Amino acid sequence: MKLFGKIATLTAAALATATLAMSGVANAQSDPLKVGFVYVGPIGDHGWSYEHNQGRLALEKEFGDKVETTFVEKVPEGADAQRVINQLATSGHDLIFTTSFGYMNPTLRVAKNHPKVRFEHATGFKRDKNVATYSGRFYEGRHVAGLIAGKMTKTNTIGYVASFPIPEVIRGINAVAIAARSVNPDVKIKVVWVSSWFDPGKEADAAKTMIDQGVDIIMQHTDSPAPIQVAESRGVWAVGQASNMSAFGSKAHLTAIIDNWSPYYVARTKAVLDKTWESGDTWGGFKSGMVEMAPYNTAVPADVVALAETARKGIIDGSVHPFTGPIKDQSGKIVVPAGEVAPDGMLLGMDFYVEGVEGKIPQ
Amino acid sequence: MLIRLEPRAEASRAMVYQSPLIAVVLTLIAGMIMFRILGTDPLQAVHAFFIEPISTVQGLAELLIKATPLILIGVGLALGFQANIWNIGAEGQLTLGAIFGGIVALAFFDVESIFLLPAMLIAGIVGGMLWAAVPAFLKTRYNTNEILTSLMLVYVSFLLLSYLITGPLRDPDGFNFPESRLFHDSALLPIILEGTRLHLGFLVALLFAVLAWLMIVKHIIGFQIKVIGMAPAAASFAGFKEKKLVWLTLLISGGAAGLAGAIEVSGPIGQVIPVVSPGYGFTAIIVAFLGRLHPIGVVLAGILMALTYLGGDSAQITMNLPNAVTGVFQGMLLFFLLASDVLIRYRIKLGAPRVREVTQRQEGVT
Repeated sequence: MKLFGKIATLTAAALATATLAMSGVANAQSDPLKVGFVYVGPIGDHGWSYEHNQGRLALEKEFGDKVETTFVEKVPEGADAQRVINQLATSGHDLIFTTSFGYMNPTLRVAKNHPKVRFEHATGFKRDKNVATYSGRFYEGRHVAGLIAGKMTKTNTIGYVASFPIPEVIRGINAVAIAARSVNPDVKIKVVWVSSWFDPGKEADAAKTMIDQGVDIIMQHTDSPAPIQVAESRGVWAVGQASNMSAFGSKAHLTAIIDNWSPYYVARTKAVLDKTWESGDTWGGFKSGMVEMAPYNTAVPADVVALAETARKGIIDGSVHPFTGPIKDQSGKIVVPAGEVAPDGMLLGMDFYVEGVEGKIPQ
Repeated sequence: MLIRLEPRAEASRAMVYQSPLIAVVLTLIAGMIMFRILGTDPLQAVHAFFIEPISTVQGLAELLIKATPLILIGVGLALGFQANIWNIGAEGQLTLGAIFGGIVALAFFDVESIFLLPAMLIAGIVGGMLWAAVPAFLKTRYNTNEILTSLMLVYVSFLLLSYLITGPLRDPDGFNFPESRLFHDSALLPIILEGTRLHLGFLVALLFAVLAWLMIVKHIIGFQIKVIGMAPAAASFAGFKEKKLVWLTLLISGGAAGLAGAIEVSGPIGQVIPVVSPGYGFTAIIVAFLGRLHPIGVVLAGILMALTYLGGDSAQITMNLPNAVTGVFQGMLLFFLLASDVLIRYRIKLGAPRVREVTQRQEGVT
């Protein structure tokens, strides 16, 4: 009996190996395009990684049998990233999306060894023949959210839960400050840095502290819905990040800035299928659909909604730019003269606060 | 009916070393049951988790890369743990090692010299030792609990790295992103296996394990460490200087963790980044115990623990299993190890306490 059990196990193992081998052959014949994704957070973060995963699901829906997708979640930005990206490249993936800034150098190193595999790196600035970069102009969404916040605040103080002092985050803070002060010159922005993209405990603590200091609108550039939940329980407003977070605080949730990666992922996958893929840099906003606004809270007055919508449409048709001069830094020095707009180069390397933001950038 | 745990007169020596193997086997069985419940083929899943990651030369190399910091730190910690000196802050010492090594690499960015790499590694060791010297000083001078002080310094080290990487160490051409420049080739550890990322650091870790083993079995210090751990009173009667051992074990484990940090930045990472380690300093505590606090055992345990990480990646890629599987496997491994250890030291007794005890107690009453 014991011997029989052993034989059965061995046969099963052999069969399993055979099936594995055969499925490998089958793949080669029908040849679906294998698309891999590397996420920095869990797909259940309801923020950054969640939205990238929505983009992956959109690929499966759009292309059906023609693509096969794989993802690896919670990959640390260090020595591990290169291993995981390399594993995807060697296991037959033709297109690989690496969706966090810290994957930049690992992606480039793997790409060098796999010239036939195409790589897409989110939020980076280094490219190669087979490495493209892409990111969203989230500051366009911040502009709209800033207008609403400037109108809705009673205490004239907006709180901002921030992650790391990189240009993208500072740009978002400045966009909010400029927009809010354009409709309400008394507005001040308080910023708390939590040194993490996803840490519900710290994010909630930061929100609580700022509410105690008189903030009545919580904004965030971190990925968990914890600040929304705090705002809901304390009866103040909040703006969601990356995805529609109204489920976590329907009363507090003014709107959210949604990262919609689906159109880009579909377009880039189609380009590989059509053999037209080329490296490049994409920085999409409202116009390309990469950035969207979640439905406005019903408590927002009609004139404020109209103001927000006018700005959103203006950004799409090019008549409105969130960084239009005169823009002053904290010391009052004019950094963008009246009538001019900040060039992309300044936006990409932004390392100063504009007037109206309190405190200093951690250096 | 009562279930009691009764201490055994003596734990079986053979079983003490077999229990990690028993734990591994039980983990595999429980894992297969879990895969079955998840609705995937258990054999295929176990294959994806434990065989596939190491079925290529590249995979084996990655396994050893991942194991390198775990072995270095685990061996160092095991020395202290044997003497009941609990350095829980290896993660912070590793971070300091990465900072010190990184500063040397960046300060001599344009210098091409064969001395650069050794200087970085030595700086890493010094950094780790400095960070471990704080708990050592506080313990020997004020009798402060080293578990608390070493752990708290971990968070200080994170803030220090965060300050440096958003300021002085930041890449001047990097759009203000918190990353250093990529190190020059002469600041990178040589690759010891062509076509992979396997670097010299792995051999350094093995060498350290052998040295630690020699010290434990051959040197008087190793004997003192063991005696102080098992019978502190006997050690003090014998005239062993406990303070000296506190300093020694903390400095060795801190230096090893610092070396691991310098090796990480000069090996697989190649630059200073805001988060150098995904928790190697804490995982190494598990590795030290899984390896029975024995240097050679720690080497094997480090490789096994590294395999659970690699297996988690490959299970996600080939089987679409969630990342949480990695954590579940590590948790089960620890659970079964601790459970076996309990049964090695205690036996399970059913029913009320033995008759003799009961009669003694009655006699006491009357």
